[in-house]
Amino acid sequence: MDSPLDTPSDPSASDASPSRRDVLIAGATTAIASAIPLGAGAAPAAPAPMAGQVPGAAAPVRAQVLLTVNGVIREMEVDTRTSLLDLLRESLHLTGTKKGCDHGQCGACTVIVDGRRINSCLTLAVMHEGAAVTTIEGLGTPDAMHPMQAAFVKHDGYQCGYCTPGQICSAVAVVAEIRAGVPSHVTPDLTAAPLMNGEEIRERMSGNICRCGAYSNILDAITEVAERRA
Amino acid sequence: MRFDTPAATNPIDQLKTIGQPLDRVDGPFKATGTAPYAYERHDAAPNAAHGYLVVSTIAKGRITALDVSAAEAAHGVRAVVTAERAGKLAKGDHNTAKLLGGPEIDHYHQAIALVVADTFEQARTAAGLVRVEYDREDGVYDLEEARASAVKPKKGDGMGGAADTATGDFDGAFAAAPVKIDYIYTTPDQAHAMMEPHASIAAWDGDSLTVWSANQMIEWGVSDLATTLGLPKEKVRLISPYIGGGFGGKLFLRADVVLAALGAKAAGRPVKVAIPRPMMFNNTTHRPATIQRIRIGAEEGGRITAIAHESWSGDQPDGGLETAVNQTRLLYAGAHRMTAMRLATLHLPEGNAMRAPGEAPGLMALEIAMDEMAEKLRMDPIAFRILNDTKVDPEHPERPFSQRQLAECLRLGGERFGWSRRHARPGDVRDGRWLVGMGVAAGFRNNLLMKSGARVRLDRTGTVTVETAMTDIGTGSYTIIAQTAAEMMGVPMDRVVVRLGDSSLPASCGSGGQWGANNATSGVYAACTKLREQVTQKLGFNSQEAQFTDGVVRAGNRSIPLGEAAGPDGMVAEDAIEYGDLAKKYQQSTFASHFVEVGVDAATGETRVRRMLAVCAAGRILNPKTARSQVIGAMTMGVGAALMEDLHVDKRHGYFVNHDLAGYEVPVHADVPHQEVIFLDEVDPISSPMKAKGVGELGLCGVGAAIANAIYNATGVRVRDYPITLDKYLDRLPPVG
Amino acid sequence: MKPFTYQRATSPAEAAAAAAATPGARFIAGGTNLLDLMKLEIEQPAHLIDVNTLGLDRIEPTADGGLKIGALVRNTDLAADERVRRDYGVLSRALVAGASGQLRNKATTAGNLLQRTRCPYFYDTAQACNKRHPGSGCAALQGISRQLAVIGVSDHCIATHPSDMAVALRALDATVETVKPDGSTRSIAMADFHRLPGDTPHIETGLESGELITAVTLPKPLGGTHAYHKVRDRASYAFALVSVAVVVQRDGSGRVAVGGVAHKPWRVEAAEAEMPRGAKAVNARLMAEARPTPANAFKVTLVERTLGAVLSEAKG
Repeated sequence: MDSPLDTPSDPSASDASPSRRDVLIAGATTAIASAIPLGAGAAPAAPAPMAGQVPGAAAPVRAQVLLTVNGVIREMEVDTRTSLLDLLRESLHLTGTKKGCDHGQCGACTVIVDGRRINSCLTLAVMHEGAAVTTIEGLGTPDAMHPMQAAFVKHDGYQCGYCTPGQICSAVAVVAEIRAGVPSHVTPDLTAAPLMNGEEIRERMSGNICRCGAYSNILDAITEVAERRA
Repeated sequence: MRFDTPAATNPIDQLKTIGQPLDRVDGPFKATGTAPYAYERHDAAPNAAHGYLVVSTIAKGRITALDVSAAEAAHGVRAVVTAERAGKLAKGDHNTAKLLGGPEIDHYHQAIALVVADTFEQARTAAGLVRVEYDREDGVYDLEEARASAVKPKKGDGMGGAADTATGDFDGAFAAAPVKIDYIYTTPDQAHAMMEPHASIAAWDGDSLTVWSANQMIEWGVSDLATTLGLPKEKVRLISPYIGGGFGGKLFLRADVVLAALGAKAAGRPVKVAIPRPMMFNNTTHRPATIQRIRIGAEEGGRITAIAHESWSGDQPDGGLETAVNQTRLLYAGAHRMTAMRLATLHLPEGNAMRAPGEAPGLMALEIAMDEMAEKLRMDPIAFRILNDTKVDPEHPERPFSQRQLAECLRLGGERFGWSRRHARPGDVRDGRWLVGMGVAAGFRNNLLMKSGARVRLDRTGTVTVETAMTDIGTGSYTIIAQTAAEMMGVPMDRVVVRLGDSSLPASCGSGGQWGANNATSGVYAACTKLREQVTQKLGFNSQEAQFTDGVVRAGNRSIPLGEAAGPDGMVAEDAIEYGDLAKKYQQSTFASHFVEVGVDAATGETRVRRMLAVCAAGRILNPKTARSQVIGAMTMGVGAALMEDLHVDKRHGYFVNHDLAGYEVPVHADVPHQEVIFLDEVDPISSPMKAKGVGELGLCGVGAAIANAIYNATGVRVRDYPITLDKYLDRLPPVG
Repeated sequence: MKPFTYQRATSPAEAAAAAAATPGARFIAGGTNLLDLMKLEIEQPAHLIDVNTLGLDRIEPTADGGLKIGALVRNTDLAADERVRRDYGVLSRALVAGASGQLRNKATTAGNLLQRTRCPYFYDTAQACNKRHPGSGCAALQGISRQLAVIGVSDHCIATHPSDMAVALRALDATVETVKPDGSTRSIAMADFHRLPGDTPHIETGLESGELITAVTLPKPLGGTHAYHKVRDRASYAFALVSVAVVVQRDGSGRVAVGGVAHKPWRVEAAEAEMPRGAKAVNARLMAEARPTPANAFKVTLVERTLGAVLSEAKG
């Protein structure tokens, strides 16, 4: 069995095999009796007995969550405080998703959940019961890169590389958003479909800060992929 | 290898791999999230506990009570570190303020404790339970107020130069000049705001310490960490293969690494610490604000006769200057000149180097002044600069520049940018709701020389492995070092392996001051030169005659594959580049021109940059792709400096109020248009055997002023106080409607 | 972040009842503001009720020709809805002017209304803030206030409401629908939903303890030209210095609401009578009671200039 502590460079961490069901218990092993039972689809109809009464000495409250990450089903017990970002980075060792600010102000933690890009720092792991999460590791590997990853390499769409996974996850979603007709701040006519152009891409990518300033190159990379797939 | 005579023709001049726009060798790892940064080393420290900082909430004073009992009793907590518990800590050579404060507090958000727990959530929650009482003292937080008490620093400009210089009779010449300006310019405190927060993992093995830490300067980091903790340097290993940006913010030891080490000692297991983003702005260093006075006097024809640049900045006690006048000593001619810098004591967080320290804020002022002067002279700003170009150090005319293509940068840039379409009269061009203007500025940054070492291994398969404690902070070090080794040893890129960022490897110049590329590759050049000699010696080849190409060594009619030459045990060579006094005889600098077109919303005053061009003359460009990225990135930072970046000082409480990435705005995608970069063909045999210089900071130098000048050209409103935000000129825009 | 218990809600009424019955309970939907504040311990709920399971994520026509927007409709989906784009352009525009694509994918209609201020003194727990810690004072009054409120302010608070969406909803006279812990429901006009700071800046809305927003209702379309103009230092992903939402009719009449200037979306219906006379006349009444600091006095001028540009653009 693959260890849940696989390093990010270990392909097994991103090996998409939906049939495989890795069960792991993350973090401290102490079982907290008051953990709220949250089985799949069995949400309690009323607050659990201990609701609002956190156990003594501020012990963590733990809860179960089952979600799919890069095609692998993960059933885990987590501290309710755990962000999706920390679940990925600290429990699953999927450190490709970055913590730049932890407050939704930089975009480095962008992942794709159920087809939509979100900031994984501003959402709790327990809120993602049944969700399908795709991280940068799920898009491609150094030897088999996703077209967007390859375009970033070709156009030097990065420098330090720290915002890069978030930029790439966002870029993949942005191309899809424009194709789906989602309007943006720069869409000239709200009743018409947005165009796949530089102005639209720049505006939509603005939630991903790159302090190294690779924006011009990132735009070239996204444009190439968007045009190729058009 | 000692470099004390100009470089002759050497293997680098083949330009088979050097000079080629190759993709980054580390690119696929960065693009797939598999490049490991400091906080992510589950492989190296699988059982690391989490440390969370507790920081001071006063700027100056003393802790009177520090109660950690509730934190210690909290769930999962393994240790709490405080200054009292840590015992005596020394201060590293490169630090001004202490990294672990208490009982004295030097600045807001100075670290005063670390709480170590099993999980991040436990550590963060427990850190919130630490109770602190302070005796608050008044401090000095307002540079304008402190200006009168500023002094000439004893340690000069802090970089071996003087705080003041003077040539000729400035006062007399300025008084006599028929055309002159005399203005005050201000630049704000700025934050590096690199995307990866300062982060470290520390692990002890007996009395030996290993840290995985985001650090630009391995040598400084190791020696300062050893000094701080009172350890022999040999007992400390610093590993930093990937660094999520630095811009000077990671030149020095910071609280994360010191506290991770102390926390790991206290907890008896590895500990990792990242400085939370909302603490970074006040806990770490920043680029200090400046007040600059510039006076320029000229003849009617435009020739500068008198130029003076004075600058005031502040820092913690025993801190240093922001050397904003240094470029003015070298950039333009003029017989009568003076510069002076004064340092005020402030109790704001520590000021220190940020990308192009000195030149970045200095040119933000000087290059507006040059634009104002050109206008006053009714001259084109390009022509005015070219007229006052100099081929020698104006303060020491016996020193020529090794290369100086400033005029060519300006001329070519003007041509490519369509400068002739610029309306000299400001406020003259309208495009719908936008007032449109163009601006230009000169870019200048010195070329700094640093000793740098490397080791090169050749194995029996013909693979070349380069090992050096150099770092890659996004600059492209991995790639240009691989290119250097490939060129020198005559192997393809895929036969070169580069290992960086580990203090167990030969000491290197590190990444800073745009010196990394030239010096680090020169160190690799030196080691490869030695390895080539070993190979030819072993084969009995004439080393002058031997050719290293296509993985084979050839001399006369003999040709041996490199792997075979290496033999079953391989070969290894180590050397360093060291410099003689060429830098004394010649002034080595890099030059650029920056061109910008802006649109200013005629109603709201919002400024948006429409076009940007940089023309750079910076010696040999080792990899035009990564070098271009350095320049566009710097231009982007220049957009931030001109239009939005500003640490707002609360002058009552002595701290930067906008201490997160929502409050401290840096440019986003939508702020940055397509950017053009042109590198002039230049090789500089005076600089190094690579004949290269740096570009990473040059790309920033002058950008802010070019934007300021474009805003003036668009609106006719001159703002001398950065950043140029709409509130500073809204009332001077034409009426709406 | 303090430990908290967590439950998934099953119905709006039960969620409201649970919230009222559980000490320290808070609803969580998108979480993009609440979690931000919990990490800084500005918010310290002991119990979270996850309302994402309530299915309040539809946009439906109402009997009188308007639209009922479920509380959980994500900002992205609301902005992209064809009916909203066609009939309530000001709302679509306001939504896409806010935050980032990632945040809009998570943030909900109700959560957006309940956002808390971005005042930097509110965000720094070491500083005095009557909103965060009633009675502690307001560090912003004499502090860095360039971003802060200029009108409707008090000696206790000069924070602004950061939402763009709410400004458009105010211009549209939207109504907020809620359910209370006792199962009863009510409608609150946008005009009454957010409060001015007065001497209780910590009380930001008229919602009662446990009361849950279930929907926002838009009246039937107003027609006219819709515009939302947001002014900011950087081009995107930034809070407004000021923003102006307008709906202008052919005869020059219309509505104006302004963001970034007050503790709530700022609208003065009486000022709208001046619309045919232009921005200066409107601004004179709209911002008549402004009490800016030296650092943010520019906002009064900026509102007028922005409105001027928007009105002349709307005229075409």
